[in-house]
Amino acid sequence: MIPLVSDGGTDWDLRVDWRASLAVVGSVLQYLSATLVLPLTVAVIYGRDVVTFALAALCTLLVGLALGRLDDEPEIGNREGFLIVAATWLAVSVVGTVPYLLAAHGIPGLLAPTSPGSALADPVDALFESMSGFTTTGATVLADISFDTHSHAIMLWRQLTQWLGGMGIVVLAVAILPELSVGGAQLMDAEAPGVGIEKLTPRIAETARVLWLVYLAFTVAEILLLYGLHLAGFAPEMGAYNAVAHGLTTLPTGGFSPEADSIAAFSAVVQWVVIPFMVVAGTNFALFWHVVSGEPRRLFADAEFRGYLGIMAVLTAVLTGLLFTGTAPVLDLGGATQGVAENSLRQAAFQVVSIVTTTGYATSDFVQWDTSGQYLLLFAMFVGGSGGSTGGAVKIVRWLVILKVVRRELFTTVHPDAVRPIRLGGTVIDERAIHGITGFTLAYVLIFFVATALVIVDAGRVGESLTLFEGAGGVAATLGNVGPAFGGLGPFGNYAALPATSRLLMVFLMWIGRLEIIPVLVLLTDAYWRS
Amino acid sequence: MHVIVVGAGQVGSNIAASLADTHDVVVIDTDGERVDALTYDIDVLAIEGDGAALDTLREASVSEADLLIASTDDDETNVVVCGTAKVESDAFTIARVKRPQYLETWEHAVDAGNEALGVDFMVCSDLLAARTMVEVMGVPTAQDVKSFADGLCRMAEFKIPAKSAVAGETVSEADRFPGLTFAAVIRGEEVVVPRGDTVLEPEDDLVVIGRPDEVEAFGAALAPDQTNPEEVVIFGGSEIGYQAARLFTEQGLSPRLVERDPDRARWLAEQLPSVTVMQHDASDQEFLERENVGSADVVIAALETDQGNLLATLLAKRLGADRTAAVVDNGEFTDLFEAVGVDVAISPRRVTAEEITRFTRTRYAETVSIIEDDRAEIVELEVDRDSEVVGRRVADLARDLPESVVIGSITRDGELLIPRGETTIEAGDHLVVFVEEPDVDAVTAAL
Repeated sequence: MIPLVSDGGTDWDLRVDWRASLAVVGSVLQYLSATLVLPLTVAVIYGRDVVTFALAALCTLLVGLALGRLDDEPEIGNREGFLIVAATWLAVSVVGTVPYLLAAHGIPGLLAPTSPGSALADPVDALFESMSGFTTTGATVLADISFDTHSHAIMLWRQLTQWLGGMGIVVLAVAILPELSVGGAQLMDAEAPGVGIEKLTPRIAETARVLWLVYLAFTVAEILLLYGLHLAGFAPEMGAYNAVAHGLTTLPTGGFSPEADSIAAFSAVVQWVVIPFMVVAGTNFALFWHVVSGEPRRLFADAEFRGYLGIMAVLTAVLTGLLFTGTAPVLDLGGATQGVAENSLRQAAFQVVSIVTTTGYATSDFVQWDTSGQYLLLFAMFVGGSGGSTGGAVKIVRWLVILKVVRRELFTTVHPDAVRPIRLGGTVIDERAIHGITGFTLAYVLIFFVATALVIVDAGRVGESLTLFEGAGGVAATLGNVGPAFGGLGPFGNYAALPATSRLLMVFLMWIGRLEIIPVLVLLTDAYWRS
Repeated sequence: MHVIVVGAGQVGSNIAASLADTHDVVVIDTDGERVDALTYDIDVLAIEGDGAALDTLREASVSEADLLIASTDDDETNVVVCGTAKVESDAFTIARVKRPQYLETWEHAVDAGNEALGVDFMVCSDLLAARTMVEVMGVPTAQDVKSFADGLCRMAEFKIPAKSAVAGETVSEADRFPGLTFAAVIRGEEVVVPRGDTVLEPEDDLVVIGRPDEVEAFGAALAPDQTNPEEVVIFGGSEIGYQAARLFTEQGLSPRLVERDPDRARWLAEQLPSVTVMQHDASDQEFLERENVGSADVVIAALETDQGNLLATLLAKRLGADRTAAVVDNGEFTDLFEAVGVDVAISPRRVTAEEITRFTRTRYAETVSIIEDDRAEIVELEVDRDSEVVGRRVADLARDLPESVVIGSITRDGELLIPRGETTIEAGDHLVVFVEEPDVDAVTAAL
């Protein structure tokens, strides 16, 4: 029984303790302010935006403290979990705009703007960029990505938002905040991508720490490897700053890059090295924990992991064939692929892995490919990474279950009395979980169609030309936290041309996409707040 | 030997009856009427009381007991009885259980070299019944099957069909299988030791011993229209039905299992990935026709009631199923079931009683099989180095032994020999011998 909340004699019989929920969000913001120390350090090194980040950290801390005062000892129940998770992601994205806005506008009379003329001066754009960062989408409104407009610190903050969002801000909070030990599993369930969390250790905080530790270890490994390549002379562009910046956005399947040309700016060796790290990012992190704790066989025995590698191998093979036979012209970014085996394979593998894992890096301007190759990538946007990874979209585990449900339907049509549990790698999937999976996927597809219609109508309203393919791609790329889409929204384009209403809609799509729809949509139901 | 039997139900009284002739048996039961009835029926001391209470066991002189058999209908009671007996006694304890999980725990401990639960030997009646059923159904037309000498040798009991080629032939005419010995012909109540001129009549039960493949070939020859089972249908997801399905899948078959209860059906489907579980009433003829049960090679009924099993197997038989087997809870009905058309009727209680009796007789023998309600036995014996029979020919030996004894096979150095008159017995040979019940002890002692 969850007691009815009666705070301060209000007449509303709310079943959800919003004060406790927002207090927890406040705690998360207080910790978020600490992470601003990293861009602040970079600001000090490069001598630009020091005041911006000092103020931003202070501002974040104050908001956090103010929210924290709402409830000294918050008690979290089943329902508060959804509100906390949804509100946390909205709050960090809103607070995350502060450095962008401060840098673009300054404070009249006190602080001169450090990035005058920045595309992030518009609050909607700043929110888009911030939400795209934390949700690890990687879609940008920046037409001009260069250190002339934005400081190294601002660009690093952009990268850091993705790294924080990758393994999950709430998971991080559970790992750190002792008051979340009760109800922490509920929170992680609401936030974690996939069908549910797997408790790796008896204590949930320990599990959260394990996941973050694995995540941190891979990030550090990639940074060292990339910088090592630079030192060895294989990657002239990959200096220490770039190595850190890309390490921070590969493992969260983010896709932001401080380089305008994304990974196309780097040598083939770097591109080959980034691919396996994207694959890792799209894998269930719990599997790596099993590998480390002495059960390496569980990695390749996992049905989802095999399905994940399988679909990427098939898509890569098809796309390699297409590129080798000339689906792409000779490109400035990406070079010639027709008849060039290595480049065809590399471009195909990189783009497929980047889109399937929902990272969103690019090494080839795929908007210039023939429609066959582009369509393949649109399809790949719906696949998604594994459950329990940092990837977005529908996810392999759900597709596997749905395929099996369809097969079961075919069988029970012939044998109506047959009882057929759905199995995944030998484990029986609970029927309730199957309902959850089909429900989620239906909601996902439904939202995709409705949002595509809205975006296209919205573009027509302001008299902009947006093709169906661009609109559908843009919605799939934001709902699935992929990032780049097609046409003007391509990997080397941006979302700035869309009307502000469409951009706000996409902010919403990224938000619900990252939290897998249900935990956010449930907040919109009357039953959640009352009965 | 001083033997205590706790629980005087069908299993307990059966065991007590077969041990009473040669041992001092004390039976304990909580039911006063049963105790009274037993006192008059068989020559045992019957005590009314709780076998799990130390006082009752003391009354049965547990400290002097050599063997204690806990055979009540309750698994937990049986285990506790054995544990309690161990408090004051060194008796060998045998517990009967229904749930295979207890057997698994016990076997796990024994494999690790530990004593478990105070039980020295555990018999799982449901698993045993399922195993017997699966083994019998694996050999076409067999009524009973048992393996000896690590599977090198097999005993099978066949009912000779009226239409078969063997019916009406003499034993020497029918003996077209060099790897087989005809051990006995059971005709009604009579056990006939087959000689060359013995005529095999329809409805005779013929006991053969020999190489497993030849035993199967003989079964196939008796009924050429039946082949090794491929399509198996099991009615009822009881523990026996579940275990039978599991054992069939271990043989690489994919049986169909019909269970009425939705939750149980779901559980079974989760446990048995390669079994197609149907949630339906097994006595619904329309359902049986829709699922084409008539095409099944083997149909097994393991439903809750004997009536249900009889009905379901007869329905399946009528739809065209080749061979049917039914679980019979009440052991007295097995003959009745087989008389009205069920091919094999198996009583878990009777199978359990046989298994426990068998175990008590293995002081000399390694494996024993009980034929036709304890009228005869097939025992496997090892010939000692200093045994008097070493070096003698089978033909000479047969003259000294009672007439009913037939040496079915000899296993020597891991190979199976079919004994003929001139075969010489060597030390270390394993003999599989058919012997009628009154002569069992004399024969085992002589060898």
